[in-house]
Amino acid sequence: MKRISRDEIAARVARDIPEGAIVNLGIGLPTKVANYLPKDKDIFLQSENGVLGMGPAPAPGQEDFDLINAGKQPVTLLPGGSYFHHADSFAMMRGGHLDICVLGAFQVARNGDLANWSTGEPGAIPAVGGAMDLAAGARDVFVMMELLTKEGESKLVETCTYPLTGLRCVSRVYTDVAVFQIEPGGVVRVVDDVSGAGQDELRRMTGLDLAF
Amino acid sequence: MISKIVPNLEAAMAGIQDGAVVLIGGFGGAGQPNALIQGLIAQGARELTIVCNNAGAGDTGIAALLAAGQVRKVVCSFPRQADSYVFDGLYRAGKLELELVPQGTLAERIRAGGAGIGGFFTRTAVGTQLAEGKEVRHIEGDDYILEAPIKADVAIIKAHRADRWGNLVYNKTARNFGPVMATAAKLTIAQVMEIVELGELDPEAIVTPGVYVKRVVKIADGAK
Repeated sequence: MKRISRDEIAARVARDIPEGAIVNLGIGLPTKVANYLPKDKDIFLQSENGVLGMGPAPAPGQEDFDLINAGKQPVTLLPGGSYFHHADSFAMMRGGHLDICVLGAFQVARNGDLANWSTGEPGAIPAVGGAMDLAAGARDVFVMMELLTKEGESKLVETCTYPLTGLRCVSRVYTDVAVFQIEPGGVVRVVDDVSGAGQDELRRMTGLDLAF
Repeated sequence: MISKIVPNLEAAMAGIQDGAVVLIGGFGGAGQPNALIQGLIAQGARELTIVCNNAGAGDTGIAALLAAGQVRKVVCSFPRQADSYVFDGLYRAGKLELELVPQGTLAERIRAGGAGIGGFFTRTAVGTQLAEGKEVRHIEGDDYILEAPIKADVAIIKAHRADRWGNLVYNKTARNFGPVMATAAKLTIAQVMEIVELGELDPEAIVTPGVYVKRVVKIADGAK
């Protein structure tokens, strides 16, 4: 088994995004997907803070701090891009106009439940941002994460133990070990064994009865 | 002749009462009305409830308002940031109440407040901790929760250009919460980079019609 890197996970996600898709990339790891989108296809990146048609980071010295992404990093606008206010931006999500959002996660359950906003630790400062709106609104929620925690426990689980972000919302989980599809009826199907782990090892790592 | 332009921050912030609910525009630093926040600190109203996306970073802007001890409660989607130590310290010490609201629900609650909508049903947060205690209704095959409008005494926002009637246009993603917050407060105060003559703003491009704005103050750049 050869685990793939975070950049390779991002490239694997990018391969599944079709031309014409309206896509929101969550803060953190999912931001990397933008680096691997095919240059010859029109794919529309939406950012929750009111921009559609977001372009790459500006050249050094060209930063405009009035033009930022959800992670508050300077970005650019592509020709044809547009700005809109926050209520319109989230109406775009909630109204089902967003094809795909890519989010990080602490845990994804077999039925597509997502936990990515809080570990529930006492004393932690809670923060949710747009995660619940995206989970409930985007037509497809793709999760990008390492399959195992630092302690070696699977983050793809039977039932989430962390506080939930959304119910039955995740459709695909891209990890360093394999790509999983969440299907109706609690079926988790391995659609790409990117590490070559094999069926037995994937079942052992996740503790789930996977379909292939 | 109607002119909503006021000469300075003192005039812009006059009359804000203790206990007021204050909407504060901005997403991170973009669109955050730092000069008006400084004006609010100087004005001194206390026991405020502030409604904003983030709860400040570093020692300036919203963080400075919190540090001044003027805020009782924060209604917010994302208070935790790498350098949100002022909020973190006050929250952990039990000196600040926090109402955590998903970002789109926050924007829509403010929109509802400004549009005379008595609440709305959303799928956002269904089945999560943030839905606890809220009415659930099954509509066309999905569960939705009832969210209440947010109305405020004051909104402080930052725009790019204004005219004397209070028409506003914004700059790029610094628009964010400004247009909805402008609609939801009894007293909306805008700090702008530039004031232009009536007719100079393209009517097709005005984002906030002047009806929503009571006071405009010009703050030259640098004081963003």
